[in-house]
Amino acid sequence: MAVYKRTYRGYSGGLTTHWSRFLVLYRYSRRNLFKSKFLTSLLNLCLVFPLLCLLGIYANDHMSAFTFLGQHSGPLFKVDGRFFLLFLSGQSSLAFILTAFIGPGLISPDLSNGALTLYLCRPLSRIEYVLGKMSVLAIVLSWVTWIPGLVLFFVQASLSGWDWMTGNLWIVAGILLGSWIWILSIALLAMALSAYVKWRIAAGALLLGVLFLGAGFAQAINRVLQTQQGYLIDVSKLTNIIWQDLFHDSGERALPAGEAWFGLLAFAALCFYLLMKKIRANEVVR
Amino acid sequence: MQPVIELKALSVKLGKHEVLRDITGSFTGRTIGLLGPNGAGKSTLISTLLGFWPVNSGSASVLGHDVARESKQIRALVGYMPENDSFISGMTAVTFIRMMAELSGLPSEMALERAHEALFYVGLGEARYRKLGTYSLGMKQLAKLAQAIVHGPKLLILDEPTNGLDPPARQRMIRLVREMRDAGEMHIVLCSHLLRDVEETCEEVVILKQGRVVHYSNLENERRLNRRFVELELHGDANEFVAAVESLGCESAPGALNRLKLVLGDKIEVSDIYRVAAEKNVQLRRMNFRRDTLEEIFLKAMEHTNGSL
Repeated sequence: MAVYKRTYRGYSGGLTTHWSRFLVLYRYSRRNLFKSKFLTSLLNLCLVFPLLCLLGIYANDHMSAFTFLGQHSGPLFKVDGRFFLLFLSGQSSLAFILTAFIGPGLISPDLSNGALTLYLCRPLSRIEYVLGKMSVLAIVLSWVTWIPGLVLFFVQASLSGWDWMTGNLWIVAGILLGSWIWILSIALLAMALSAYVKWRIAAGALLLGVLFLGAGFAQAINRVLQTQQGYLIDVSKLTNIIWQDLFHDSGERALPAGEAWFGLLAFAALCFYLLMKKIRANEVVR
Repeated sequence: MQPVIELKALSVKLGKHEVLRDITGSFTGRTIGLLGPNGAGKSTLISTLLGFWPVNSGSASVLGHDVARESKQIRALVGYMPENDSFISGMTAVTFIRMMAELSGLPSEMALERAHEALFYVGLGEARYRKLGTYSLGMKQLAKLAQAIVHGPKLLILDEPTNGLDPPARQRMIRLVREMRDAGEMHIVLCSHLLRDVEETCEEVVILKQGRVVHYSNLENERRLNRRFVELELHGDANEFVAAVESLGCESAPGALNRLKLVLGDKIEVSDIYRVAAEKNVQLRRMNFRRDTLEEIFLKAMEHTNGSL
């Protein structure tokens, strides 16, 4: 067993760079997160759909191998923007479920234990604290959204050749931008809610509630006012409209993409404002 | 000598309420006590120095860094032990302290080593692998102290460090503060409403009342001055004795019943008084040194309504 000095001594050794310190929060939060077997299993389950898509893409390209079954040898489906839109829609739902489990546990324990003072009395700003905590969600959600999306794209590109890849490079932008829009929106929402509701389970339930109630209210407003503007409070709908635009989908859109962008940015700004109001070293008692 | 804390007409408002009003002062001591009744603005002053509250007017600097513009540099140099419960219940003490050290910029391995050291130093060595949520109040206070010193700060700010501690735990805390003071590697600001804590550990005392500094006192100087102020009760011819001690350079003020108050000159020791008394054949029936306790200083300061340094 190591023997430690029992006298006080200062520290004069080297220090890490300032910009990298928010990653300390990421490391400790992630370590804490994956202590839960349930979450680890859930994360693995979220990778089942991408795996099926991968098998689908492979099988689709090798349909000639199934001619002995009397099937036609052409591809069963077209791997294009719509395919990746469907993939992202499916994975985004799973990402939301993951967020409902992970998000509330990131900030609420710090708030309920008064630990923010200890974080913020160190050379760490409020923004860096939020970044550190959000990076956990961002990285976990990346594993189930854009990373498998890009894997699928490049597998398809390797099977279909250079021409397909150069002709569909815009899909890469769609996967990246579409995924990050969703990741940032739900991460901000989850963190803002967990900052206000210190009980983890309640914060998780509220997260689900906000999304579904938002959709419900949006429908109600649309029906009562005979308009489509109600969708401006439905985050999932707004994101879907933006995705349709990003993946060049020709389906009907409830709102113009510009309005959807505006609605989503306003939503993100509101979440960020609410979050920063709570992330303080001291609470003002007026 | 660079001041540890320098305040120039500092005012801080929380909402519409002005909590700190036009505070000016420069403090250089190794241990500075912040005293004041509840609501005097002690914790707000600390929060302002750490950059938690914006400065409304005036300026403040810590170890030469301006709090409004260089709060990150200040926080890198400061260790802070807050008054309230601040910890993460699901973490073991060693993980928690290590994380705090890493957030202060220590490399991971060094942070782990220092976390062990800090926990042993404060007396939590045997309990360092226990979760913080299972700690008693006294242990939590010690864990808060450990996180404040783990990165070797130049200035340690302790906000009510003995709050809720039983007498042995309080003694341990005071002993640790004294040890750190005597190690000479850091300055300490101790904020408390317990006069004894401040008296036992601090060299300088700043007394706040209603957001203003109403008294500043260098306790070391006060103690030294107290030692120069002597009250005597004599038996014999006092006049000759008085003339003799005055010729040595003492100031005197005779009182009733052969009592005499003396302020000793710079080079006069008590032994000189004994010698003169023997020469003049005067008996010293009683000799008292003035003891202006911190409590007296504090009570006097509380009588002021508008003080400045």
